[in-house]
Amino acid sequence: MDILPILSTLRRHKITAWLLILEIALTCAIVCNAVFLISQRLERMNLPSGIAEHELVQVQLANIGNRSDAEARAKTDLAALRQIPGVTQVALVFQMPFTDGGSSNSGIKLDPQQQEDTVDVTQYMGENLLSTLGTRLVAGRDFRPDEFVDLDAAVTALHSGNLKGLPQVLVITQMLAERLWPGQSALGKQIYLGQGLPFRVVGVVAHLARPNRLSKGVEYSTVWPISMNVAQGASFLIRCAPQERERVLKSALAALKQLDPNRVVLQKRTYDEARHAFFANDRAMTGILVGVCLALLIVTALGIVGLASFWVAQRRRTIGVRRALGATRANILQYFQTENFLLATIGIVIGMALAFGINLFLMQHYELPRLPAIYFPVGAIALWVIGQLAVLGPALRAAAVPPVVATRSV
Amino acid sequence: MFAYYLELALRSLKRSPGLTILMVLSIGFGVAASMTTYSVFRAVSGDPIPWKSSQLFVPQIDMWGPTGRGDDGEPPVAMDYTDAMKLMRDHRAKLQSAMYQVSPSIVPADASKHPINVSGHAVYSEFFPMLDVPFKYGNGWSADDDEQRAAVVVISSKLNEKLFGGANSVGKTVNVEGKDYRVVGVTNDWNPQPRFYDVVNSGGFSTGLDDVFLPFERAIALSIPNDGNTNCNAIPAESGFVGLQHSSCVWIAYMAELDDAATASTYKAYLDGYAHQQQQSGRFAWAPNNRLRNLPDWLDSQHVVPSDTKVSLLVALGLLIVCLVNTAGLLLAKFLRRSSEIGVRRALGAQRLSIYAQFLTEAGMIGLAGGVLGLLLTGVGVASVGWVLPKDIAALARVDLMLLAMTLLIAVVATLLAGLYPTFRAARVQPAWQLKSN
Repeated sequence: MDILPILSTLRRHKITAWLLILEIALTCAIVCNAVFLISQRLERMNLPSGIAEHELVQVQLANIGNRSDAEARAKTDLAALRQIPGVTQVALVFQMPFTDGGSSNSGIKLDPQQQEDTVDVTQYMGENLLSTLGTRLVAGRDFRPDEFVDLDAAVTALHSGNLKGLPQVLVITQMLAERLWPGQSALGKQIYLGQGLPFRVVGVVAHLARPNRLSKGVEYSTVWPISMNVAQGASFLIRCAPQERERVLKSALAALKQLDPNRVVLQKRTYDEARHAFFANDRAMTGILVGVCLALLIVTALGIVGLASFWVAQRRRTIGVRRALGATRANILQYFQTENFLLATIGIVIGMALAFGINLFLMQHYELPRLPAIYFPVGAIALWVIGQLAVLGPALRAAAVPPVVATRSV
Repeated sequence: MFAYYLELALRSLKRSPGLTILMVLSIGFGVAASMTTYSVFRAVSGDPIPWKSSQLFVPQIDMWGPTGRGDDGEPPVAMDYTDAMKLMRDHRAKLQSAMYQVSPSIVPADASKHPINVSGHAVYSEFFPMLDVPFKYGNGWSADDDEQRAAVVVISSKLNEKLFGGANSVGKTVNVEGKDYRVVGVTNDWNPQPRFYDVVNSGGFSTGLDDVFLPFERAIALSIPNDGNTNCNAIPAESGFVGLQHSSCVWIAYMAELDDAATASTYKAYLDGYAHQQQQSGRFAWAPNNRLRNLPDWLDSQHVVPSDTKVSLLVALGLLIVCLVNTAGLLLAKFLRRSSEIGVRRALGAQRLSIYAQFLTEAGMIGLAGGVLGLLLTGVGVASVGWVLPKDIAALARVDLMLLAMTLLIAVVATLLAGLYPTFRAARVQPAWQLKSN
């Protein structure tokens, strides 16, 4: 296919051609960045939590006024919940992966003399937490019942500097173990908290995501043998078969109400609902961006159709003359397709530079990572394909122009 | 003449309905997408108390020192009990209030009803006049009540509806956390967004509204726990709520009303003087590093407008620009196609100016049609943001006259701009050349 005649024609429609190029370039730049933003959101929304997500329901209660029998009450509550048919595990826990609201976090050290903390980790606590969440142990063991300390007792021990009253051991995630001791077994290793308080790792779980503050390391989680009760802000976490969740949730509420009607229900939901709510923002952003991208691509395609139709109409006579001089339908078709390909290519090249610029701007102002190189060829192919599809209709109409047009005057 | 141009424009648009529809669609979509995201942006970046926001200030005191500062050297965003109480006692601003978030239970008088958990704030009496809180019944409490730690409460109209069926409940009794409180005021649908008086705890926006306001010192005396965030730089030396009060943990929000720049700088000097004094007494081992921002600056520094919203506004603006480039290209094609018509008009004596008028009228009509389509789509868009956006933010986006007028205006002005170059080209058509070639 000869490109020179196409170029010389385009030179006579400079402005129109440049407008089309500009449109393709802008679309290319915006779509590349928007798709990148979308993929970032999708990645976040699909983060594994490491727990049996579809088997959990949560009930959070609040006492009215202060009560003294919180610990005893917790035992009766848990016993009653275990009686509900279908319930496999029950725990009183303070937080769950991917939920808003309070979370307990702390810096940990590898050396008691260290000034700065090594990493910031989240602290899970609650009796029977691991088996209720359904996290998989990959090394070591779960806590023994005698290792548990009540939260209030632990805080008091912390203030008085009494090491005996504190838990001695903890369980960490594989990701954290790999960060702290790369390539080594974490079992038996020590970490330090605050002013050099030592704790020993006795178990490693495969995955356990943080509740929030994901930017500090999604799976930098630790589990502590600390028991909690309703008054300390813990909520009931109940595990059952996925199809039983609705029924179990109802029975659990009824059972808890019966034990003590003088409590307020703060939260009752399945874990799926909790996770859904946590990522609502990301879903919204994804929805908006997908919508805008589609609109952009459609508008660009329509623009190509419009301009190509105009050119075809304008060059009807020239096309007729070419056909009369022996050009085949395929030649005409190819002419318009090549023309579009040329314009799209120039647009894409400019668009790539623009996409890079926009990405730099977003990196500076909105803390986004660099646009991966793969987006450039994929974006280019997408726009080439859209351009060719859009020009096909007008090009076919051009190819259908009969040679006889050449002989008619106007 | 204008009527004639209108008729010409209509006739021309009818002649190529496909191209016309393309342009109208493109403008309509572009404008609607931008206006929908703009409505959300406007909602979240709005000034919650425009008549007074420049007089409301949030003081920050650096009680943590260099180890507690972020990378940007900023002091903590909330206050510890010691400093908040010192500022309250000194009472250097016209009006001021320390506050913290509470979440008490309300026990209805009717024993058959279940107790409910509400959210609210423990505040000082000056909170109400300072923030111009509107009252349906009654008023806030007095400075005397603050001091007496009186059992008084201000409730929201929503809670009033629930407890008293909406009747004037001033003087009646509400049981909060097991203690009886006398209602002194009922707020009138007061739910400012962003929740500017306690940004740190609400993150700016929250769907739930504050149902109760309790006197600060009474709440402290009764150990009604803090329901908001607590951030600590060091482990408190004592446990419990009292330990929290004696610690350097920050959990109290603070706001002060200062009339003008001069009073503000005096107040800043007072803050620095206080920090300096703390340095001399040995409590702070660092030079004063305080901040005193007025409300708009404070909201900005706390990133109350989600960066997501800004990015989506940028993306939508990008879409609008592409739509305009698209329209410019199509208009150019359309106008140049009529070179011979222009040639005839020019040869018959039409001036360049008339050609400008004719084609800009045509562009304006397309813009208007695009604007009307854009209006409809914006309506649909704003109505359906609740579908994708979180409820607390989506609820704020609404269509009003201002938004409608802006949609139309942007559509017409943008199309006229897009039509400028094509019209310029059309007006430059040489009549002789056109007539000859035909």
